[in-house]
Amino acid sequence: MRVLNHKLFRELWRLRGQVLAIALVIGSGVAVLIMGLSTLESLSVTTDAYYERYRFAEVFTGGRRVPERIAERVAAIPGVQFVETRITQYATLDIEGFAEPVVGRLTSIPETGQPILNQLALQSGSWIETGRHDQVILNKPFAEAHDLGPGDSFTALINGHRRTLEIVGTALSPEFIYALGPAALLPDDERFGVIWMGREALEAAFDLDEAFNDLSLTLLRGINPEPVIAELDELLEPYGGVNAIPRAEQISNWFVMNELNQNRVVSTILPAIFLAVAAFLSHMVLSRLIATERGEIGLLKAFGYSNIQIVWYYTKLVLAIALLGCIIGAVIGALLGRYSTENYANLFDFPLLIYRPSSTAFFIAVGSSTLATVLGALVAVRRAARLPPAEAMRPPAPAVYHRGILSRFGVTDWLDQPTRIALRQIARWPLRAALTTAGMALSVSLLVMALQWNDTIDFIAESFFYNTQHQDLIVGLAEPQPLNTLHEFERLPGVLRAEPSHIVPADFTVGTRHHRGGLSGVAASNLLQPIHDDESGTDLTVPADGILLGSYLAAKLGVGIGDKVWIDVLEGRRPGGYVSVTDVFETTIAMPAYMNLDALNRWLKQRPVAEYFSLLVDSRSDAELFAKLKEIPAVSAIMVKRAALDAFYETIGAQLLIFITIFTGFACTLGFGVAYNSTRIALSERGRELATLRVLGFTRAEISYVLLGEVAILILAALPVGCLAGRALTLWLARAFDTELFRMPFVIDSSTYGFAVLFALAASAASFGLVRQRLNHLDLIRVLKTRE
Amino acid sequence: MCLIYNAENRAVDAKAHNESLIAHGLTKTYHTGEIEIRALRGVDFELKPGELVVLLGPSGSGKSTLLNILGGLDTPTAGTLTFRDHNLTAADEHGLTMFRREHVGFVFQFYNLIPSLTARENVALVTEIAAAPMSAEEALALVGLEERIHHFPAELSGGEQQRVAIARAIAKQPEVLLCDEPTGALDSKTGILVLAAIERVNRELGTSTAIITHNTIVASMADRVVRIADGLIASTEHNAKRVSASELAW
Repeated sequence: MRVLNHKLFRELWRLRGQVLAIALVIGSGVAVLIMGLSTLESLSVTTDAYYERYRFAEVFTGGRRVPERIAERVAAIPGVQFVETRITQYATLDIEGFAEPVVGRLTSIPETGQPILNQLALQSGSWIETGRHDQVILNKPFAEAHDLGPGDSFTALINGHRRTLEIVGTALSPEFIYALGPAALLPDDERFGVIWMGREALEAAFDLDEAFNDLSLTLLRGINPEPVIAELDELLEPYGGVNAIPRAEQISNWFVMNELNQNRVVSTILPAIFLAVAAFLSHMVLSRLIATERGEIGLLKAFGYSNIQIVWYYTKLVLAIALLGCIIGAVIGALLGRYSTENYANLFDFPLLIYRPSSTAFFIAVGSSTLATVLGALVAVRRAARLPPAEAMRPPAPAVYHRGILSRFGVTDWLDQPTRIALRQIARWPLRAALTTAGMALSVSLLVMALQWNDTIDFIAESFFYNTQHQDLIVGLAEPQPLNTLHEFERLPGVLRAEPSHIVPADFTVGTRHHRGGLSGVAASNLLQPIHDDESGTDLTVPADGILLGSYLAAKLGVGIGDKVWIDVLEGRRPGGYVSVTDVFETTIAMPAYMNLDALNRWLKQRPVAEYFSLLVDSRSDAELFAKLKEIPAVSAIMVKRAALDAFYETIGAQLLIFITIFTGFACTLGFGVAYNSTRIALSERGRELATLRVLGFTRAEISYVLLGEVAILILAALPVGCLAGRALTLWLARAFDTELFRMPFVIDSSTYGFAVLFALAASAASFGLVRQRLNHLDLIRVLKTRE
Repeated sequence: MCLIYNAENRAVDAKAHNESLIAHGLTKTYHTGEIEIRALRGVDFELKPGELVVLLGPSGSGKSTLLNILGGLDTPTAGTLTFRDHNLTAADEHGLTMFRREHVGFVFQFYNLIPSLTARENVALVTEIAAAPMSAEEALALVGLEERIHHFPAELSGGEQQRVAIARAIAKQPEVLLCDEPTGALDSKTGILVLAAIERVNRELGTSTAIITHNTIVASMADRVVRIADGLIASTEHNAKRVSASELAW
């Protein structure tokens, strides 16, 4: 068999262009799978390790003022393992050299050392000292964003008192992997920070001696959190208890898990597409290649080689190609996986990173691509090996063509002969043509899917930041304040308009359907934060009675306009009652419910209050306004729209650029692989035909048209199919990414289709260019002197 | 009648322009690895207007190389080739393509038809790009295939396929028709039919024709017989009388 092995290497070298093109497509599939699953596995393992090592709690709740003794009763709930009580509160910070107000989330820690739960991963400096009420530990990303470190200090407005705080250390916490400020969509490390302070200091500052307003706990192994949460809610209700949530709903964890979930979707469906195309390509190339080797197979059999030896020889050829693809894919996949994982680790600020190139992914990728290619090739090898040697050595009978319907009715009479050749080739081998079209269409669909993210992101930005937010700032108050506070805000420097709003937690019930969320009270004259319907593109006015529901919430509750929803407000006097749905609007963010602020206040039977104020501001007065806001004791949070928008584009933009680049690259490889192999094989099958045409006096350009015309027709046919498939893929992906907090809008600009088509055409043109080179070296005499 | 009139006109034309295809001192050396093969060693050859020449010689004698150079499929290592006062040895790739397109028809042992085109369409391949072609139907009628014009190659016998190839070669009304073993793959009866078609084209269109064969019987249908051996012309004979192809037998 040594001679056959020599032949194998020479064949591989002779076919190196095609071998590489197939290997690249296989490699793309393998790389995407390994990258996706490695990132996924590494992030999962890292997150689990992080959560476990730093004892991230499993249930979270709070209240306004809960006596410390209640903690013992919580600990006594069956299934509870450890309980940690804390004081948490927002404060506005004044960081030197940063004009805008910064929101800090004050979180208490024991002066004596790590808390039982939600421990800190100290990154620099030391723990706070007992009795030093001015010492704090900052979360690392925030400290880095402001270039702060141990020894530095800043001022904070804590419960109305200006305090200078000294930084003794920086830390990370599993609780704030995704550190979101109030009402923020994405982390903004410049404007939101977590500040860990001694429990005593915060007890004193917020007058919470022997009391807490935040509680978290872990459960014994295998305990279902639901009954514990029910008991916990009951226990804390008298103390203004907010409703307990399991870890799954904890905001930072939710975002991390959501990211992992999106990764899971991406790393299952997309590699499947690549591997399917790789299998199809190798099948196509190898079966046609083996068909051209018919004579040699007959010769080998004539010499006495068995069918098994011949099948094994070709299997080795295919395995070599698959192996090359797997090696390319594994290396690129592992590198991209590491890059992608590190990128996430940076985004999430993990104190530890366990990168684990997924061995499962490797085995799945290598197994499936090898199997697919070998199976594809075996069909052709068996067909050749089954022939008696004498027959195999004779040339195959010429292909039989028939005049198609169009030709019989004279419809094709106006076509020139080269065009007829191309069309008849397609009609003669419709399956082959369909596979080439399908392969190219998949490439285009992946391009559409990758490139449309830009449209989606722009749409979200437009929808969330422009259509529904006309304000420049939102000011959040530590406690709801009387409505006439509005006038104080109106009088601040540069403020052109101020509008109040108030959000209360509520349970929405319709029959057996249930939703717990927020009910927003907005003023009837609401202009700054309009309720925008993404579908109609219009702003809705909040009615004097009734509620407006986001479409997702309406669907969850199964209600439409005119239906009634039972609402239990979970705050104040906790009123409950039926409210009519007056309108339903389309939105991509969360599941909002709006009602008139006056109506809400009447219903709550309390003096009119508001917790948030939206401000429209003359930007020339920003500095003055920010300075004033930092001094108002009641202000606990300030959201600057421009900053939020910047953060949105910075975070999402960077992530997306990587995603789009990687997938555009892979999709182009795929398109190139399909086009190159289709043309290259057509050339080897039809070299004789082309040489004949050259002898007849056709120029190189003219025979290029004959050769490339057929593939070009298939590619052109693939473009609209690919665009439609891209639409379907995008829609599917958008739905798979849907969450209660956030829906992926389904938007594809026409320019995205244009770019996808351009990329596909460029990949095809590149492959055509390479094959065209070969046409220039067509040996007319040798081709014609050999038998058909 | 029209064809004959046309042919006479062309023959007169040809003489006026001295349309001979003239080769002087052609040599051709191939390098395969380290081995040098001298396929032609200084051949002088002229194909006169309306003449039918048969080239005889054993395998490897250089006759195909000569034919390929005469037809612009290959270039000589040294020597000159002129047609209508044009120096073809100085022509570039495009010039040779245009020479083949306008002036030369080829017929090979293997018919080299396009399987996806019917007989008529195979001929139309040429008529679509030539300057003054006859119609595809006329060309096929000339080789006796007017009944088979809508058949695909797979539906034709070997002889029929070769006659389609001849029709395709002459449809452009070339001045030169070059045939390389046109009957090599055919039985004698079919081979004679094919030779008859070539003879008719030569006679009726006045196309200068060169036929390569190793079948000495074919030589009797030529005006002139050229024997080639070892890359040189070994002998040239003129037949006093051409024997009609239909009278040949082997």
